[in-house]
Amino acid sequence: MKHVLENIESQFEMFQVLNEKGEIVNKDAMPDLSDEQLKELMTRMVYTRVLDQRSIALNRQGRLGFYAPTAGQEASQLGSHYALDKEDYILPGYRDVPQLIWHGLPLYQAFLFSRGHFHGNQMPEGVNALSPQIIIGAQYVQAAGVALGLKKRGKKNVAITYTGDGGTSQGDFYEGMNFAAAYKANAIFIVQNNGFAISVPRDKQTAAKTLAQKAVAAGIEGIQVDGMDVLAVYAATKHARERAINGEGPTLIETLTYRYGPHTMAGDDPTRYRTSDLDSEWEKKDPLVRFRTFLENKNLWSEEEENKVIEKAKAEIKDAIKQADKYPKQKVTDLISNMFETLPTNLEEQMEEYKEKESK
Amino acid sequence: MAQKTMIQAITDALRIELKNDENVLVFGEDVGKNGGVFRATEGLQDEFGEDRVFDTPLAESGIGGLATGLALQGYRPVPEIQFFGFVYEVMDSINGQMARMRYRSGNTKNAPITIPSPFGGGVHTPELHADSLEGLIAQQPGIKVVIPSTPYDAKGLLLASIRDNDPVVFLEHMKLYRSFRGEVPDEDYTIELGKADVKREGKDVTIISYGAMVHAALKAADELAKDNIEAEVIDLRTVSPIDYETIIKSVEKTNHAIVVQEAQRQAGVAANVVAEIQERAILHLEAPVLRVTAPDTVYPFSEAEEIWLPDHKDIIEKVNEVMNF
Ligand SMILES: Cc1ncc(C[n+]2csc(CCOP(=O)(O)OP(=O)(O)O)c2C)c(N)n1
Ligand SMILES: [Mg+2]
Repeated sequence: MKHVLENIESQFEMFQVLNEKGEIVNKDAMPDLSDEQLKELMTRMVYTRVLDQRSIALNRQGRLGFYAPTAGQEASQLGSHYALDKEDYILPGYRDVPQLIWHGLPLYQAFLFSRGHFHGNQMPEGVNALSPQIIIGAQYVQAAGVALGLKKRGKKNVAITYTGDGGTSQGDFYEGMNFAAAYKANAIFIVQNNGFAISVPRDKQTAAKTLAQKAVAAGIEGIQVDGMDVLAVYAATKHARERAINGEGPTLIETLTYRYGPHTMAGDDPTRYRTSDLDSEWEKKDPLVRFRTFLENKNLWSEEEENKVIEKAKAEIKDAIKQADKYPKQKVTDLISNMFETLPTNLEEQMEEYKEKESK
Repeated sequence: MAQKTMIQAITDALRIELKNDENVLVFGEDVGKNGGVFRATEGLQDEFGEDRVFDTPLAESGIGGLATGLALQGYRPVPEIQFFGFVYEVMDSINGQMARMRYRSGNTKNAPITIPSPFGGGVHTPELHADSLEGLIAQQPGIKVVIPSTPYDAKGLLLASIRDNDPVVFLEHMKLYRSFRGEVPDEDYTIELGKADVKREGKDVTIISYGAMVHAALKAADELAKDNIEAEVIDLRTVSPIDYETIIKSVEKTNHAIVVQEAQRQAGVAANVVAEIQERAILHLEAPVLRVTAPDTVYPFSEAEEIWLPDHKDIIEKVNEVMNF
């Protein structure tokens, strides 16, 4: 009897391009990005960090509802998204609002989603995406279907889906990868491994040494990436995308990252399950810090430029909140009309009943 | 007697039974170190150790299967489903497996499993957290569904559920967790499953309800009393099986009834109650039995939940309708 686990696990080494000091450690893997594109990546990360800070503040003031903080995960979220084409299809989890925004979801709609208004879930024409999935894992199986559809239609596009380390325990996680693999569908599966599923640490989630190795059973490529290194995440996703559209099958990408904030803004207290030592260990790996150093060394970035992005973000957030405030309140009659193409009789009756209630 | 919130009463019951029966195991997502997302298991892992109170990987179907298997090994599992909106993930385990264990094995095996789970509207949760899905389980023979409305009932019913030798889904309305305190004795006591409770006596009309709606019914009853309508409020406490004896006794006295549920109108518990009343007591009725329910949409995105949820005004309106029939 041959034991193979150790051999397999040892194959999964973390892929990195930029180290914590902002130095290129893997020249061959350096993605082919213009100076403008490099700056755009930084712009998006800075903007998204501001958006996170403002969203947390707005939530505390009672001006936003459900919100899952994103700070720390910018490289994982935006590096993977930047590798996509506008026509690619995103199936996000609840923490993946930034990818939707950079895919074209207007900010005020992201705020409406947070407030629990259905208009936040209405993707504008041309934004190929689902609204953030609440049921952990559901998006993974659906991604297999979207990817197979893209393949059948002969599209050179991918379906990309996101979950967390906790999400890899769901049956849907395996089923999604397995189905996509069986059909060699155009799918990319991202796992943002931020070390915790609410309070449960990654090592309680699975005996597997890496989450990337879970690709092996599905018969697809898996890679573990430094999720605080935006260049590595970008390069890995770009590569996975090329393979997918060339008919070489799906890829599982595990990004090693961390969420600085609480799980959501609904009462989670991370001090119950994380130490401040662990927090500071990860803050040293910060994706913005290292990429800023890298860009500054190339004379591509300055404090002044960063401040401009920050001010722009703040102004746009302010406008978007105003726009969200002005948007007509959601009514029960709206929800009734959103249930079926044509209303069955029970809902027709209830429509009248609630019209009357709402007119009071 | 101590004044406790419902969440404290639940923790109390879990602690008593963990102490009382070494086969009781409490597990689920975040129930260990974190003490549960609502702190229902606060301090229990410290007190009883990780062998008895533990976190699971994130998979409801896994949790349900684990519970079923542990039950086969003689344990008395208490697997929490973090929010009942996630029950679809574990539906086969609950309705397809646990509920059929006794039947399938020709009554040689059973599944003494209690599944506690938060549910219920009015607390601005994201999608699939607040839905009233008790009807999905109540339709399944072989499993009981318990829904307490007070801290006192929560403790006694949870202890009875864990000690029951058949599977029980124990639904905890989130709005009731901390919104008020009630008398809860420190000692061990149980409340028989399948028995309704008359929460307020009255002679004119019977309001049958459960969960958070019991409080809306009591509020309505207080207002109706000002108009000299004395409503009797019955709290089902167990929605499967239902205590028809208590209901019929009351209807025979009041000759008027309405049924109130937070769930949507279609199918559901209230429809069942109405059907049984008319089969058993039609000659005692002076008016049709009406329902107060939510409309037949999925649970609304949170911004619209206040209007969507039935309230005491809807109840008063329906009571007046049956009284003036
Ligand atoms: C099916 C399902 N089960 C449980 C939950 C509750 N829940 C929301 S987030 C979460 C933890 C998820 O952890 P992970 O997958 O690591 O993602 P992260 O939140 O860390 O980004 C849990 C248990 C849910 N939303 N859906
Ligand atoms: Mg996580």
